[in-house]
Amino acid sequence: MSKELWKGNEAIAEAAVRAGCKYFFGYPITPQNEISEYMASRLPEVGGCFLQAESEVASINMVYGASGAGARVMTSSSSPGISLMQEGISYIAAAELPCVVVNIVRGGPGLGGIQPAQSDYFQACKGGGHGDYKLVVLAPNSVQEAVDLVQEAFDIADLYRTPVLVLGDGMIGQMMEPVEFYPIPKRELPEKNWAADGTRGKRPPNIINSLYLKAEECEIENLRRYEKYAAIQKSEVKCETYNLENAEVVCVAYGMTSRVVSNAIDTLEKAGINAGLIRPVSLWPFPSGIIAEVAALPGVKAFLTVEMSMGQMVEDVRLAVSGKKPVHFYGRTGGMVPEVSAVVNEVKRITGEEI
Amino acid sequence: MLHKVIMAGFGGQGIMTAGKILAEAALREGRNVSWLPSYGPEMRGGTANCHVIISDDLIGNPIISEASAVMVLNQPSFDKFGNNVVSGGKLIVNSSLIAEKSPKDDIGTVYVPANDIAAEFGNKKVINMIMLGAYLKATGVVEISTIMKIVSEILGQKNPELLKLNQDAILKGAELADEALGGEAGR
Amino acid sequence: MKTVFEKTKGLTDKELHYCPGCTHGIIHRLIAEALEELDVLDVAAGIAPVGCAVFAYDYFNCDMYEAAHGRAPAVATGIKRTTPDLVTFTYQGDGDLASIGAAEIVHAAGRGEKITTIFVNNAIYGMTGGQMAPTTLIGQKATTAPRGRDEEHTGMPLRMCEMLATIPKAVYVERVAMHDIKHIIQAKKAIKKAFQLQIEGKGFTFVEVLSTCPTNWGKTPVEALEWLERNMIPYFPIGNFRTVEEGK
Repeated sequence: MSKELWKGNEAIAEAAVRAGCKYFFGYPITPQNEISEYMASRLPEVGGCFLQAESEVASINMVYGASGAGARVMTSSSSPGISLMQEGISYIAAAELPCVVVNIVRGGPGLGGIQPAQSDYFQACKGGGHGDYKLVVLAPNSVQEAVDLVQEAFDIADLYRTPVLVLGDGMIGQMMEPVEFYPIPKRELPEKNWAADGTRGKRPPNIINSLYLKAEECEIENLRRYEKYAAIQKSEVKCETYNLENAEVVCVAYGMTSRVVSNAIDTLEKAGINAGLIRPVSLWPFPSGIIAEVAALPGVKAFLTVEMSMGQMVEDVRLAVSGKKPVHFYGRTGGMVPEVSAVVNEVKRITGEEI
Repeated sequence: MLHKVIMAGFGGQGIMTAGKILAEAALREGRNVSWLPSYGPEMRGGTANCHVIISDDLIGNPIISEASAVMVLNQPSFDKFGNNVVSGGKLIVNSSLIAEKSPKDDIGTVYVPANDIAAEFGNKKVINMIMLGAYLKATGVVEISTIMKIVSEILGQKNPELLKLNQDAILKGAELADEALGGEAGR
Repeated sequence: MKTVFEKTKGLTDKELHYCPGCTHGIIHRLIAEALEELDVLDVAAGIAPVGCAVFAYDYFNCDMYEAAHGRAPAVATGIKRTTPDLVTFTYQGDGDLASIGAAEIVHAAGRGEKITTIFVNNAIYGMTGGQMAPTTLIGQKATTAPRGRDEEHTGMPLRMCEMLATIPKAVYVERVAMHDIKHIIQAKKAIKKAFQLQIEGKGFTFVEVLSTCPTNWGKTPVEALEWLERNMIPYFPIGNFRTVEEGK
């Protein structure tokens, strides 16, 4: 199949449909409305159901019900809407229900703006909702990668019985790029024998639940779930590197920001400055191991984390680098996107070059 | 090849469509491409723009600060993006709505009275196609024939008359750019 | 020997945790009997609320879900839209349904979700220890209304049946009460009817059950039943508010 131009949001929706997602519940919010709109038109064609919920609070709970009944289901929103979903996401994680949630991040806090941002990293990777739980968080940096990761997200969700968050931003949602929908290798997935879709005379009742009033039981549940998270950390780290050989300054950036940084690295190379890039594709599990390895390289002088935030992922970079090298930060916030020249200057500042 | 163009104008002037047709053409000619729109309330009546990058390599940042070309359809867009053209780049100006001249002398500038020409065509909706034609001729970034094919796929079946109008508009724009740049077009 | 009575198959053997005199147990049984009589236990899914009935998933002998506070109608929507043949019901208290979940119940009704909601109204928050509910009566004492509910300060109790009956897709809306045998038998009929209409695909069905909370009302079980009849029924009149049999 040849490449076609697709808008990020619509490509994400089509990718979900191709992954076998037949159910979508959502509530309007910019800049991700094209996902809902596409699903509203597309899902009836595959015998599925799109439903506009009365709120994000309702849509995530509809996802809870649909997933509990064994369906492949997705919702999407943007930052303020994802905040409203946090209660439901915590319940879904606790009840171990597979689903895919897409956050096309916009500037915040509060109502913020509608321009692209990465300021929901903490919310995505450090809980967001209440309690001890983790989400698998995948952060594409192109429309093609969004398509690939959304499809894989459904398999990861089913394999580990966990919600998976696809973290984009307004830019990736709104832009058009060439996309090829090639078949993603399917994983071998366990049967959903836990689904509460009617006993049908074949089994005892199933219960979808997250309530454990006895502290001992609640702890056992959490410990068991964290064993699963450990398995995810072992098997599901995704990370790309660029130009690391001879790099004096190693940049760490994810999503669309990584593309700004890769341009900056090319510019620096022309000026004789060696910089490289580590791009976490899975934000959780975070590629701490790779960052730690690179931090140990004698040629590496410093790290520079670049984000569309006031500095969130940089905390995980610092943990991974663990004091071996200085970790600098450059960010723009509120919907502003770092410029290539600004990143170039930051690297030059670190290497002591004249700007 | 690496070409970066910003197209900007009032919402409703067909800027987004012009950019999409260009991106589609570049894709068909085997290039990598990104099309990034401004989005939000300004899309209705305010100033809208899209950034299109065409490249033989992978495309990094889809936001353009140093543009190979800028195509502006109204004064606010001229004010905002007129200075983003790099030396040797092209600036395509809708002179029906923009009285100012570009102070830059190291770029190729084409002034196209697109609204006036559209009025002669009897359809103001073809402003974007007139401008696109001028831009295509001035930059030579994709073949006009590829653009014509895409336009005919969009309009051909449904409305043959409208197709002819749009194709004539593109050719008229190209003709004006050729005259303005005096053989320098497409370099 | 001839068997004259059997416990419904719709309930598990798990011992109920409800306080003495609480009517939740009776309501559970009425629902379970209705599901059994309609022969849909093996294609039923229930959603328990946050509130005293939070453990309902242990008592009903069918697939069950525990929902976040107030969100049961949204969860039921997700279940029903993906698995339309499941006979789906939510079991919700007054805080769950009429306060924190007001949006979810109104919109489930508005969309005409083919589910059945059993709304247990005992005019108080039971599980959390007797706080004021949206259905607490004027003058009724609660831990967060220690001088009795004051109309000027907290407004009037919400009448959910009356509100939901204005919604075209709510095809069956009825209020019943638990204060005597006669009314319990009527309640059973209403619950069964609601499930029947759901099975026929008519639309959203809703049964409000006026119930007691002897513990938090500070009354004996018998006093509580009398209090229900004397104080709740005048403000929350029992009866049918809407039946659209031919609705589709």
